[in-house]
Amino acid sequence: MVVGKILKIAGPVVVADGMKGSQMYEVVKVGEEKLTGEIIQLRGDRAVIQVYEETTGIRPGEPVEGTGAPLSVELGPGLLKSIYDGIQRPLTAIEAVTGSIFIPRGVSVPALPRDVKWDFVPTVNEGDYVEGGDVIGTVEETKSIVHKVLLPVGIKGKIKEIRSGKFTVEDTVAVVETEDGEEKEIKMMQKWPVRKPRPYKEKLPPTIPLITGERIIDTFFSLAKGGTAAIPGPFGSGKTVTQQQLAKWSDADVVIYIGCGERGNEMTEVIEEFPHLEDRRTGNKLIDRTILIANTSNMPVAAREASIYTGVTIAEYFRDMGYGVLLTADSTSRWAEAMREIAGRLEEMPGEEGYPAYLASRLAQFYERAGRVKCVGSEEKEGFVCIVGAVSPPGGDFSEPVTSNTLRIVKVFWALDANLARRRHFPAINWLQSYSLYIDDVTPWWQENTGPDWRELRDEAMRLLQKEAELQEIVQLVGPDALPDRERVILEVARMLREDFLQQDAFDEVDTYCPPMKQYMMLKIIMTFYRKALEVVEKGVDPGKIAKVPVKRDIARMKFIPEDKFLEEVAPALLERIEKELEALVENP
Amino acid sequence: MEAVDKYVEYTSVSSIAGPLLIVEGVKGVAYGEIVEIITPSGEKRTGQVLEVREDIAVVQVFEGTTGLSTDRTRVRFTGETAKIGVSLEMLGRIFDGTGKPIDGGPEIIPEKKMDINGYPLNPVSRRTPDDFIQTGISAIDGPNTLVRGQKLPIFSGSGLPHNQLAVQIARQAKVRGEGERFAVVFAAMGITSEEANFFMEEFKKTGALEKAVVFINLADDPAIERILTPRIALTTAEYLAYEKDMHVLVILTDMTNYCEALREIAAARNEVPGRRGYPGYMYTDLATIYERAGRVKGKKGTITQIPILTMPHDDITHPIPDLTGYITEGQIVLSRELHRKGIYPPIDILPSLSRLASKGQGKGKTREDHPKVMSQIYAAYAEGRSLRDLVAVVGEEALTERDRAYLRFADEFERRFVSQGKDEDRSIEETLDLAWELLTILPREELKRIPEELIEKYLPKK
Repeated sequence: MVVGKILKIAGPVVVADGMKGSQMYEVVKVGEEKLTGEIIQLRGDRAVIQVYEETTGIRPGEPVEGTGAPLSVELGPGLLKSIYDGIQRPLTAIEAVTGSIFIPRGVSVPALPRDVKWDFVPTVNEGDYVEGGDVIGTVEETKSIVHKVLLPVGIKGKIKEIRSGKFTVEDTVAVVETEDGEEKEIKMMQKWPVRKPRPYKEKLPPTIPLITGERIIDTFFSLAKGGTAAIPGPFGSGKTVTQQQLAKWSDADVVIYIGCGERGNEMTEVIEEFPHLEDRRTGNKLIDRTILIANTSNMPVAAREASIYTGVTIAEYFRDMGYGVLLTADSTSRWAEAMREIAGRLEEMPGEEGYPAYLASRLAQFYERAGRVKCVGSEEKEGFVCIVGAVSPPGGDFSEPVTSNTLRIVKVFWALDANLARRRHFPAINWLQSYSLYIDDVTPWWQENTGPDWRELRDEAMRLLQKEAELQEIVQLVGPDALPDRERVILEVARMLREDFLQQDAFDEVDTYCPPMKQYMMLKIIMTFYRKALEVVEKGVDPGKIAKVPVKRDIARMKFIPEDKFLEEVAPALLERIEKELEALVENP
Repeated sequence: MEAVDKYVEYTSVSSIAGPLLIVEGVKGVAYGEIVEIITPSGEKRTGQVLEVREDIAVVQVFEGTTGLSTDRTRVRFTGETAKIGVSLEMLGRIFDGTGKPIDGGPEIIPEKKMDINGYPLNPVSRRTPDDFIQTGISAIDGPNTLVRGQKLPIFSGSGLPHNQLAVQIARQAKVRGEGERFAVVFAAMGITSEEANFFMEEFKKTGALEKAVVFINLADDPAIERILTPRIALTTAEYLAYEKDMHVLVILTDMTNYCEALREIAAARNEVPGRRGYPGYMYTDLATIYERAGRVKGKKGTITQIPILTMPHDDITHPIPDLTGYITEGQIVLSRELHRKGIYPPIDILPSLSRLASKGQGKGKTREDHPKVMSQIYAAYAEGRSLRDLVAVVGEEALTERDRAYLRFADEFERRFVSQGKDEDRSIEETLDLAWELLTILPREELKRIPEELIEKYLPKK
């Protein structure tokens, strides 16, 4: 193994010489304390290393040891429920090992527990032909997720031996005889370099929406399974709450939450909350299908850079088992800033706003790892990875490099708006600025699963909201009374859309999750109200009276009614009352 | 690798630039270690290693480089990282920005020495803050509730009364119904001696000094020293909180001066600048300060932070407030407009926010109606404020009766709810009752954000 010597230390960047023979992105152990680092530049026998731990106290002349392997994650049973730092060190285990509330340097704890014995149930028989990506057995990792043990990519051959029973991740569970007669021992744990995407057979079109239970997202700005979305938001616009809602409610099997350079207390809230959250999809706890990666803002900056790759590699691993994975990264801006900080220490020529010139390509490479795919292996398996990246534009300026480069890549944009947040309109997603390029792709799904007029209702509602924004400008100048009756109805209904449909209370038991059918019916009721209101206004009814019909109050309360009761009793009654109460206005104007 | 001999002195200073000293021919110097510098006139200064390459060390001198020369300056490497001696005797004492007593009292005999940079808290070891702190200030306790372990900065502007507010909070802050041990750690960076006197007088007058540790770096002290001051203060706070079970409120003022010092060093090192010349790592650097607030498992004490910063040109998108806002759990924003109207404290609740407010509000914490009534107050005030703009265009006559009620609400809200005396300590019940009283200005059907039962129970009958 290569052993070099430290020449220079500046913050997280260390230069060492005598490193001939080491590779780019190889993991090295730096100094007497054996801090973990990664080679990010090689020049002759000099290596530039980014160190994942605080470098205070390290001296020139101390040794740097190569490990011969690139930065990799351990994949296998034991991933779920874990809380890792940016380079997959298990934080709970670190707390137990060190007995400290702080993270000291140089601690080394394996990512997957080595002492746990998992119950391995084989799914192949001796003599079967298998190839990389095939499931050779299963482990019930948590109550919610069956961990499928995959044959590592690149291996192909005949099962010579397959075992059953309790094993640790390092025990051999199968022996495969490859075509050239070599025998390979297969263990439950495999390693994969984080900077290399895991392979798949084919990418599939994004035709199925990811149901999140957030009305503004599902109905108006839908994210497809395997799709990518960005949430930009100035601070205080509810970005974190929105992301946590997605993690809690969307219909993905596995959730990976990367807290990248964010607040410690926020991460703690997730860590404390998830183990107790009921998971309505499985009846168990949400943590049973979650992996948290926490690299808070005060933890070393280089590990922040790595945390994104660590997260997405684990996501791809679960995708390869045929699961749907939602990966949320909060925030990719902090990740980009980590890149900038390292680039600055390397004295690289800066690009826009000091970011490295490769910012755009790194962002693109990251989001490109999302997708709904046919997995590798001889079996037919389909899985997906959705990536939702938060960006934190400085000063709320969307033209800054991270936001603008992200928008060139992602297909969905949920524009969080501090003004809405200030008015306590939550989720504070601005309906005029947001977009989804998946709407056409997912329309057939919605038509099939809710009602044939879903698209018409959605588009008409959207038009009303657009129209409202135009009318508001006029109202600012002349007051609402100067508008024609038809337009006053539009203002009234747009307000209902905003308050009774778009606003959703994440802290309300019922309203926190709104199923697709309920979303559709709620929208249908408001739009029915609109059409009927237009009809009676044509007959000479004063719009001021329409605003006061009692049914409006109950429309405002429909979000708090559970779906079953809503669909069976409340919705039909509301539709009837709209008809009756508005018609009554014609009779006694 | 043998440790450096503490007594080896180098006289090989090759260049001096701004606060930086380049020393050549050194051996075994560690990154981040503390350096003693002896000036040609025999004065002792302190510095820290910022970079080492082979036999060259870059040292930042905390007390500045005035009077240093390349030929007669002696440099000693101590082999230690920056540490401060801490002890309970520090309570009631006043120190300079590097931790030396300036109140005429004796030196502190340290109980132990602690690294001022600390280590990052393991996120797994934290606990979510959820104990309500009553500051006695309605505009904070009501809509922007502060909880123990939170970091909630005050975004101010030059000429606004943030110092008075800071003192009032330091004096009044309490967790109700608990006689727990409470302390204030106060760190001032780059403040004028007038301001320093104001703080010291206020602390002495009100008896707050007894339970306070004060660190003061004056405007004419070397700027570089400011890099140390908040870290020394927070290390003291960690000692008091995690080893002495105290609930510590840390007030840091003015973080803008701290960031200027950071920029000064970056410029002296010819670093590639980020936005507006501030170094690209300012976010990470600020995080290592702000993130030292918290509440952790297995420890009784907590650290709550109120950093104060003045926004240059009142610009909230300036990198200092911007990056701060991304790290802290909300912000209290002071408004020049309210200040001009004579409202104290001039807290504009619209851009203000406490991200942890919901953890400290409601049944068992304050009162069951708290979250809902505040949501209503907030929405109503926002509506009233936007109507003011409309009035400017169309005149008040053109407004509906409903709109006029909102306008009146906004005025009354500022005059009665936000505004309060510099010594007025309102209980949370008084704050909430006041909110309900103000809501009677609005038509009852406008109270959409509050459940019927609560309206029935709390809304004063007209």
